[in-house]
Amino acid sequence: MLRFTLTRIGLVLPTFVGITLLAFAMVRLIPGDPIELLVGERGITPERHAELRADLGLDKPLLVQYALYIGAVVKGDLGKSIVTKRPVSDEFFTLFPATVELSLCALAFAMIVGLPAGIIAAVRRGSMFDHTVMGAALTGYSMPIFWWGLLLIILFSGILGWTPVSGRISLLFYFDAATGFMLIDSLLSGQEGAFASTLSHLVLPTIVLGTIPLAVIARQTRSAMLEVLNEDYVRTARAKGLAPLRAIGLHALRNALIPVVTVIGLQVGVLFAGAVLTETIFAWPGIGKWLIDSISRRDYPSVQGGILLIATTVIIVNLAVDLLYGLINPRIRHKN
Amino acid sequence: MKHKGPGLALVAALGLTVLTAQAKTLVYCSEGSPEGFNPSLYAAGTTFDASSRPIFNRLVEFERGSIKLVPGLAESWTIAEDGLTYTFMLRKGVKFHSNKDFTPTREFDADDVVYSFERQLKDDHPMHKVSGGQYEYFESMDMPALIESIEKIDRMTVRFTLNRPEAPFLSNLGMDFASIMSREHAEAMLEAGTPEKADLEPVGTGPFALFAYQKDAVIRYKANPDYWAGKAAIDDLIFAITPDASVRLQKLYAGECHVMAYPNPADVASIRNDSRLTLQEQEGLNVGYLGFNTEKAPFTDKRVRQALNMAVDKEAIIDAVYQGAAMVAKNPFPPTIWSYNESTVDYAYDPDAARQLLAEAGVSNLETDIWAMPVQRPYNPNARRMAELIQADWAKVGVNARIVSFEWGEYLKRSRLGEHQTVLMGWTGDNGDPDNFLFTLLGCEAAKDGANRARWCNQDFDDLLMQAKITADVAKRTGYYEKAQLIFKEEAPWITIAHSMVFMPMRKEVVGYKIDPLGTHSFYGVDLQ
Repeated sequence: MLRFTLTRIGLVLPTFVGITLLAFAMVRLIPGDPIELLVGERGITPERHAELRADLGLDKPLLVQYALYIGAVVKGDLGKSIVTKRPVSDEFFTLFPATVELSLCALAFAMIVGLPAGIIAAVRRGSMFDHTVMGAALTGYSMPIFWWGLLLIILFSGILGWTPVSGRISLLFYFDAATGFMLIDSLLSGQEGAFASTLSHLVLPTIVLGTIPLAVIARQTRSAMLEVLNEDYVRTARAKGLAPLRAIGLHALRNALIPVVTVIGLQVGVLFAGAVLTETIFAWPGIGKWLIDSISRRDYPSVQGGILLIATTVIIVNLAVDLLYGLINPRIRHKN
Repeated sequence: MKHKGPGLALVAALGLTVLTAQAKTLVYCSEGSPEGFNPSLYAAGTTFDASSRPIFNRLVEFERGSIKLVPGLAESWTIAEDGLTYTFMLRKGVKFHSNKDFTPTREFDADDVVYSFERQLKDDHPMHKVSGGQYEYFESMDMPALIESIEKIDRMTVRFTLNRPEAPFLSNLGMDFASIMSREHAEAMLEAGTPEKADLEPVGTGPFALFAYQKDAVIRYKANPDYWAGKAAIDDLIFAITPDASVRLQKLYAGECHVMAYPNPADVASIRNDSRLTLQEQEGLNVGYLGFNTEKAPFTDKRVRQALNMAVDKEAIIDAVYQGAAMVAKNPFPPTIWSYNESTVDYAYDPDAARQLLAEAGVSNLETDIWAMPVQRPYNPNARRMAELIQADWAKVGVNARIVSFEWGEYLKRSRLGEHQTVLMGWTGDNGDPDNFLFTLLGCEAAKDGANRARWCNQDFDDLLMQAKITADVAKRTGYYEKAQLIFKEEAPWITIAHSMVFMPMRKEVVGYKIDPLGTHSFYGVDLQ
């Protein structure tokens, strides 16, 4: 197990180097100049432009810039934002808990609804329920997040008035962020109604961000279950006279869950990608919205740092899933 | 829990309207996070809305809802005959805000004025390099070259000495970058080893003090009880940062905010018909135009420029691009600015005359380009559509134009370098002075550094601008600018297209809001019924 763990961790290092290089190169390859964007129509003299480029270190050869960047990253310094002049890591970690909170809620929602839906659809294959669930899953998967979000806001907040339109908590509550996780902070605040307000603000963004993972999980569960349900051991279990619920729950589901767990692990990346749009619609102060702003302003240090930190999170989650897998399934562990 | 108003939790679930009966809270749905809270370091309107407007004052201020200059932190001023020295008599008894790290020990005085400008002006000032140390607005208004010195004459008198007369100087001092900050606060933060806190936790003299800020979520202000012009009618001001315009509107409908920024043009009609809302509208202090690169043939010939002016149906553009919410522009700045020349005669839409003039200039089968910006701007909501209409109009007079676009930063840079033949561009005024449009966009100096995208340098026109710059008398300046506008029209370096309308939707209970012609949003003087 130790060797397996070390091999897995060893594979992570080159991935990191690759990511820093990719983030560094890509943000510079796209056209656009951060200084031009800062001054806008006003324009700037070529001399002043050169001066500002030098201030930001953008006048140095790319290789030197990259070396300096890596040197700083190794020391834990991700640089300062060109726009706000604040340290990138400060900005990232202020906003990150909001994204994590929303992503976890969305994942929980996707699992709580997706798993049973997939199981029932498999068991009642070809039924009305199966067709409805699979049709809905396909629709959910193809739904543009922006449009879906607005639609829900107009219906539930605008017409029915059941949920707030956007934000993380009603503006009437104010307390210092102890953890950055509003569900926890609102409880800690002791203010009456704060937790309920946080929950009500989470409903729509959770549904919107959770829709695609839900569709994926439901479909994956259904197909994995179908495969397992046709296995001999399930038939044997049923033939032995085991109650259908027990045969499905105990024998089929446990085996069917293995590929489903893999898919759930992969959803972390999907959630971060979806968070970019979801956060913009729901005015959710997370890293998705921040990264988009940084890209459109060509805020090089923020984009590089943001991508690096997000990639790190995804890598850590995948590493954890890999290790967990090795722990659960000896075949994977020994193959390595 | 660190802070909360008394009884807040009790009414928390009951909505904003109930709360307004106790502590009046106005919620403004803004479009984005400020870059920071020191307005001299930044140039975005979003930043000014959140920093200079609520938190700070300037020596002179623009009267609410107008571009008229009124006394601010200076009670009065005198300008020397030669236009080189400006002496400001400062307002007495003005108090700075306090925050958790700083309580002022003295009132506002001349030291604060000198500090606020010297920090930007002098490279060796101890605060100059703090927070990135780039003062782009100060630089772009040419202040480093203009200001020779700033002196404290006595505790309540400050004198600015200029290197050359500059009539728009007073208007410049009303701009956001010229906000007055506390020297005592900066020194205290410098001494504590945290100079950047002077910019992050701002201390000003304005109607509202910053109370809390959560990036991309919310900014909270408290009314300054000691404000020199009287406490604001509302007690708390909250900016709910909401980047999407459709969502801002939904929040306004749902009563989650009272005022919203920048509605989608397509929503304006439904806002107007909603009984819960009022819609304020005003002509913007802006101009959208097409600039000819006058350094490239055949646009070096004014007849070609005139002909292409005649070939464009501007009314159709106003209808299709602005959905009627704009007026046709004939001068380079809008009629809300003094010295606007009513007598300018615009080129009438006349394709036949255009064809004839092109023939006279010896131009046939002209191939050119039209640059269309990739972003929506207040002066041009859809440049691509506008370019298509102009392309179709020009095709009717035998001109074949290709539409070109780049990413916005690239567009700004390339057009500044003059790579275009014709370019769509625009401008929103900074200080309501005609010089801010004419000199910035059409002067010979600007042709060198590229803000003059027509790269047009006409000596007669430029002489008039320079005359106006060194003349303090507004009547005389008006004369110069009126003449300059006639030269501009005759020479036709641009097709002046439109001055667009600005819309401000708000809930019915909001009273006293005035649209700022300069494009910022401020809430002093606003009340809730």
